Amino acid sequence: MQTGTLSANWEENQFVLAASGRWDIASAERLGPMLRDRMPGRKGAPVCLDLSGLTALDTAGALLLDRLIKRLRGQGHVVAVVGARSDLCALLKDVQRAAAGAEPKNPAPAERRPAFPLADRVGRATIGIWQDILSMLNFLGLVTVTAARLLRTPNRIRLKPLFFHLEQVGLNALPIVGLLSFLIGIVLAYQGADQLRRFGAEIYVVNLLGIGVLREIGILMTSIIVAGRSGSAFTAQIGTMKVNQEVDAMRTLGLDPVEMLVLPRMLALLIALPLIGFFANMVALAGGAVMAYVYLDINFGQFARQLQIAVSTTTLFVGLIKAPVFAVVIALVGCYEGLRVSGSAESVGLLTTRSVVVSIFLVIVLDAIFSILFSYIGI
Amino acid sequence: MAAPVIRVRGLKTRFGQQVVHDGVDLDVSKGEVIGLVGGSGTGKSVLLREIVGLMVPSAGKIEVLGKDTENLSESERLSLQARWGMLFQDGALFSSLTVLENIKVPLKEHTKLPPDLIDEIARVKVAMVGLPPDAGDKYPSQLSGGMRKRAGLARALAMDPEILFLDEPTAGLDPIGAAAFDELIGSLQKSLGLTVFMVTHDLDSLYAICDRIAVLVDKKLVIGTIDELLRQEHPWIRDYFHGPRGRAASAAKGS
Ligand SMILES: Nc1ncnc2c1ncn2[C@@H]1O[C@H](COP(=O)(O)OP(=O)(O)OP(=O)(O)O)[C@@H](O)[C@H]1O
Ligand SMILES: [Mg+2]
Repeated sequence: MQTGTLSANWEENQFVLAASGRWDIASAERLGPMLRDRMPGRKGAPVCLDLSGLTALDTAGALLLDRLIKRLRGQGHVVAVVGARSDLCALLKDVQRAAAGAEPKNPAPAERRPAFPLADRVGRATIGIWQDILSMLNFLGLVTVTAARLLRTPNRIRLKPLFFHLEQVGLNALPIVGLLSFLIGIVLAYQGADQLRRFGAEIYVVNLLGIGVLREIGILMTSIIVAGRSGSAFTAQIGTMKVNQEVDAMRTLGLDPVEMLVLPRMLALLIALPLIGFFANMVALAGGAVMAYVYLDINFGQFARQLQIAVSTTTLFVGLIKAPVFAVVIALVGCYEGLRVSGSAESVGLLTTRSVVVSIFLVIVLDAIFSILFSYIGI
Repeated sequence: MAAPVIRVRGLKTRFGQQVVHDGVDLDVSKGEVIGLVGGSGTGKSVLLREIVGLMVPSAGKIEVLGKDTENLSESERLSLQARWGMLFQDGALFSSLTVLENIKVPLKEHTKLPPDLIDEIARVKVAMVGLPPDAGDKYPSQLSGGMRKRAGLARALAMDPEILFLDEPTAGLDPIGAAAFDELIGSLQKSLGLTVFMVTHDLDSLYAICDRIAVLVDKKLVIGTIDELLRQEHPWIRDYFHGPRGRAASAAKGS
């Protein structure tokens, strides 16, 4: 197979460019510079483009020929194209027509540069955040209304997806939540013991653990893990359905996406999160107890007795009361970001990341608000 | 005769209990345009996917351009993939890239052309498949179904491949666009010696550009020219070519 070449020579008063061989995409790279070199020096001389040696032509090759002809004409030469096989000529014509139509007509108007780029960005970001908050509240309202409507006709609650999601977000989360809580319990007990030993107050490690885990750490850790695990899954699932137009299909079938997609997930999380939170509390305490026994020689009986003194059911309750709120936030953010997905696979990825970041952020902010609130009312 | 470009022998495909192909044989020679027809769900798309190596058949042998598609080294597979283009039934465009960027993907991957030439090639492909120029900067989700199909075709044509695999290229195109598409394939086929293997239900396309037609019935292929198939006794093939649409297309061709 002969790769494409372009040769040039003068015949009498005419400049002859002879294209031969295969003018295809494989030769295009070599042909590019050749086109630039083989130019008639003399201004305005007639040019004859001889295509009789051409054995094959594809669109890339035809495009190069088209460029060559355009450039020659642009420099004021009269170009005659001769000798092309009729099929190759037809392709050249097709490409020429396409290239003429393909020229970008009105290039996008240049972006207006703001006078103070930093201020501009800060301003846009601020407005963006504000609009985000508004539309999230809007979504919360929509979900509330739908939930209220569903409460009046409870037999419409779909049990199958509910149990499916309960298994996904609840049961399947137990191993990882358990493992991490156990480790947290161990770390807390170890660090606390180290400090308290200086005062000979090792036994108070139990108070530290009891209060710390039950009021704060247990439920906070659980919520963060669940946000990373299930919040992201919600966004990715709903987002992929959005990309496949499944959500649109639902609407045309008279099904409410909020009722079908959002409520089962939210309800499942609402049930599961307090339960996983309680489980995490117990496992973290167990971890602490093991550490106290190994490191401080506090046996399990002493640990239990001290725990009874240190904490009350209120402590447990103060921790767990936060769980339903966190559950709503995680499910709300996950589903909201999922429904915001538009068109591309990329936006699924972006919004999944966002969903995790936003829900963890909100969980921590709400936890702080709860702390302030509880100390204000004195529990 | 030169070795066939596509050669399939004794191909069998099974999904669990369901047998889709049971002994498919096929030879496609260089420069031929073959149309594959068959009822919905008879396994046309699956056959296409097996030929391009996206699925592995349960049994049988497939050779494309003289190479066994099943046991290829990675470098052989890459060089082979640059020599064919595939249009998927639903476009399968990269959703996070614009149409132009989609077309540039194989060009950037397989050639070392300068960016301005790549850009121009991509724009020409957009125009050649009949898309308006401004469609090039749109994302797939911003296109209509028929436009997505054309964009997919433009991407399949990006490398000016030797073999073009098309899964229902004219479905979803308006009749004028479909005719222009037939013409485009015809002119590319002539100038490039392109081999085209296409699944189609478009009888006009079959009459206009296909040299031979392969019919997938009873899990096997029946191959022949239109005239041969018109004389076939098999009930499905009879119904297909002698039904009202078949007659209309035949009359259109005759006039
Ligand atoms: N990945 C898969 N797993 C199981 N079965 C499959 C798979 N892909 C395809 N099938 C089955 O193989 C059969 C053939 O499917 P295929 O997509 O090839 O049909 P087709 O002939 O292209 O139909 P259409 O004209 O509707 O596009 C169908 O019955 C389908 O259910
Ligand atoms: Mg199919």
